[in-house]
Amino acid sequence: MSSLLVLAIVVAIGLVAFVIGRQRAAAQDNGTVKPHSRAHYHGWWACLLAVLPAVLLLTAWNIGSSVYLDRHIHAALPERTANSAVASEALDVSLVKSLAKGLRQLDANTLAALPATFADLQPLLAAKGVALATDTQDYMIPIAVEANAVQSRLGMIGAALTLLLSVAGAFYALGQIRPRARARNNVERLMLWGLLGASTIAILTTVGIVLSMLFQTIQFFESVSPMSFFFGTVWDPRFAAAGSGGSQGQFGLIPLLAGTLYIALVALLVAVPVGLMSAVYMAEYATPRIRSVVKPALELLAGIPTIVYGIFAVVTLGPFLRDLSAALTGGSPFIQGQSIFTAGLVMGMMLIPVVSSLSDDIITAVPRAMRDGSLGLGATRSETIKRVILPAALPGIVGAILLTASRAIGETMIVVLAAGVAANLTANPFEAMTTITVKIVNQLTGDLEFNSPQTLVAFALGITLFALTLVMNIVALYIVRKYREQYE
Amino acid sequence: MTDIPMDTMVRVAAHPRRDIGLKARYAAERRFRIYGMLAISVGLAFLAIMLIAIVSKGYTAFWQTTISVPITFDEKVIDPSNKRAIDPTVLIKANYPKLAEKALVAKLGINPDDKPTILKLKGLLSEGVRVQLRDIVAADPSVIGTTRNVNILAAANLDSAFKGQIDLGVEEARRKVSDQQIAWMNKLKADGAMAERFNTGLFSYGASSRPETSGMGVAIIGSFYMMVIVLVLALPIGVAASIYLEEFAKKNRFTDLIEVNINNLAAVPSIVFGLLGLAVFINFLGMPRSAAFVGGLVLTLMTLPTIIIATRAALAAVPPSIRSAALGLGASKMQMVFQHILPLAAPGILTGTIIGLARALGETAPLLLIGMVAFVADYPKSPFDPATALPVQIYMWANEAERAFVERMSGAIIILLVFLMAMNVTAIVLRRRFERRW
Repeated sequence: MSSLLVLAIVVAIGLVAFVIGRQRAAAQDNGTVKPHSRAHYHGWWACLLAVLPAVLLLTAWNIGSSVYLDRHIHAALPERTANSAVASEALDVSLVKSLAKGLRQLDANTLAALPATFADLQPLLAAKGVALATDTQDYMIPIAVEANAVQSRLGMIGAALTLLLSVAGAFYALGQIRPRARARNNVERLMLWGLLGASTIAILTTVGIVLSMLFQTIQFFESVSPMSFFFGTVWDPRFAAAGSGGSQGQFGLIPLLAGTLYIALVALLVAVPVGLMSAVYMAEYATPRIRSVVKPALELLAGIPTIVYGIFAVVTLGPFLRDLSAALTGGSPFIQGQSIFTAGLVMGMMLIPVVSSLSDDIITAVPRAMRDGSLGLGATRSETIKRVILPAALPGIVGAILLTASRAIGETMIVVLAAGVAANLTANPFEAMTTITVKIVNQLTGDLEFNSPQTLVAFALGITLFALTLVMNIVALYIVRKYREQYE
Repeated sequence: MTDIPMDTMVRVAAHPRRDIGLKARYAAERRFRIYGMLAISVGLAFLAIMLIAIVSKGYTAFWQTTISVPITFDEKVIDPSNKRAIDPTVLIKANYPKLAEKALVAKLGINPDDKPTILKLKGLLSEGVRVQLRDIVAADPSVIGTTRNVNILAAANLDSAFKGQIDLGVEEARRKVSDQQIAWMNKLKADGAMAERFNTGLFSYGASSRPETSGMGVAIIGSFYMMVIVLVLALPIGVAASIYLEEFAKKNRFTDLIEVNINNLAAVPSIVFGLLGLAVFINFLGMPRSAAFVGGLVLTLMTLPTIIIATRAALAAVPPSIRSAALGLGASKMQMVFQHILPLAAPGILTGTIIGLARALGETAPLLLIGMVAFVADYPKSPFDPATALPVQIYMWANEAERAFVERMSGAIIILLVFLMAMNVTAIVLRRRFERRW
């Protein structure tokens, strides 16, 4: 019986328990005793007791039985020798598993007269649309058959236990129904646990991010020294060819980091003045009518996916700038089609709304009294802004710029399309440079072998990026928060 | 802000002894104002230029050149030895392009024995004609032996030429359509046989190596699956988490940690979520690559902080008097939250969710890492089948060299932007309509 079917039955039992529980509680309410909880809480409690323990058991059973199955296959496999046909033990197990999965597609008659060699078996499986690796060995067939038998036995036991537990839970809860029983408190306590559980997902995500990248990074540092990664100036990873031991690539972070920071700098040089000035104008000068038009338009700019910016950069702006520079010098263009300048400019445009909406909040948070005081002393509006409001808002604005910078560093699609893939170290903004995010994408798209340093380096890059943005975000959030409290 | 009354300024300026540089100061004021207006115009101008650039490149993708010819489903071509009753594969393997070719030969009045000329005719037709005609026969085998008017697809190069995108002034050897083909094209055009029709294929085809038969069908379905998964997972989890943090959590280290975490996650680069998905969902848990399910999970994790932050703001905006009233009438805290606060906060939550979904719909980078850059020609039947997503499809077309793909790509961007715009406008309308200022 499949787990899904069991799950459906458990839910059905829960629904039945809910209906019965509610009716029972309603029937007991004869007006003599004031019931503690309303009838549907009794129903819910019965439903929860019928479903939750059973689902937990089912999950645990499934995990446990898959571990047991792995061990079982391991034990059944012949002793490994130097000239085993399959490269590794793990591969052996996974081949048996995929064979077992394929065998489950066959009907009973074919299974009864199963051919003994893989060569005979393959066409039967192929007829069912199952493709298997060619290095599946003959000795695996009986093991796979045996594994299927064990699995179906385990599945039956698990299903029976789950259903039993579900029915037992339902009966227990239904038996407990009394007018004074505190069903509501029980249900609400469980709900609270559910809410708490949901809020820990954020922490689990962070832990998942850190752990997943950490493990791969440690694995990467086993083959490449951290020194040559963090301080290497050459990025030349070579290709991850299977079994090529000797051709060790060079994984220097410096060119990528330099490219990342350079492009982010160009982007900030565009975004900060423009964004800040728009925010100032919107907050201090604009009439409500202009505000009601411009604000949604800027929000629209923020809502456009970054891939669209990237494509605009590479299809329209890049060639335009290249042709423009060629026309200016009258021959060879000094701006390349993919360049730091193009990528930075477009990224800056993307960040304008980010800067302006963050600074808008901060500027409007400056207390009115400060503004009125300055104006009352005879300062013009621009003087008030320059000498009173902006200095007062400065910490918040710095925080906003840091947040923006972290967006710029982590931005991917614009640079993937517009910055180029060559890991150069150059100071010329009109040449191509590459970034950390570009290389993560490059190393991880296409066919990949998970254990080669060429793939693992992406995780080392990822954790570097994560650490970099984490520090910026935390500092920025701390500043913004502190600043907000100051005026509240 | 109160304006300084005009007459006061005049009086101050008129005072002879107190020159406080008003003229320069007002000039500075004006300059400052202009800088502000300039900044806003730069932002808006960029938005306008980008939209114009994309729309002007992409709107033609919604029309596709087709040739309307009477096609005779000749039994001699499809099934020369009359075996289709015993061997149905005959109908699949038949030489369908030949039918279209014959029809064109008749239409253009070419001598049927002039083999070299007929060979050139192939350049007019898309390879997709084979599938197109096959589907007609497969759907209704009784058409064999009859004649029927069919709109067959023109080849991508001819499509570009017909739309006027190929410069015909260039010498023949250096452009992709020959003079002969152009002559035929003009003849068919004069006949009214060749025309641009609305390009339904753009919405229905899967991946293809030929521009005229490639479309976003698979990507739309993949994106749809992912949005459903994000909505089903992120909305309940996000609302539950926000309720806990806003209404129940005591102020202690643990809740502080959660708060910092959520705020930080909202600012983590999206590509990092892709790395998480690759390492945890695909490598560790063994989920399938390229599947919409994994994409949905990754986007869920990415969208959660957005939804949580919006929901918390919406919950916090409900005034305490409502809470007190509910509690005062004997509701438990849980009842107060679910029966009173949550319904009142619903519009705000909905707005935040839609904006979060819109962001997830346009997100590309994490999907590249979990293998959604795949050549998928068939519709995914379930979220566990290989699929692509709208922005990923755009990225894949951006890497193609042929100009017809650039057209399709821009068309796809327009469609994506229309979806996003619709979502954002819905969010804004919802906010305007239901937002209550307490």
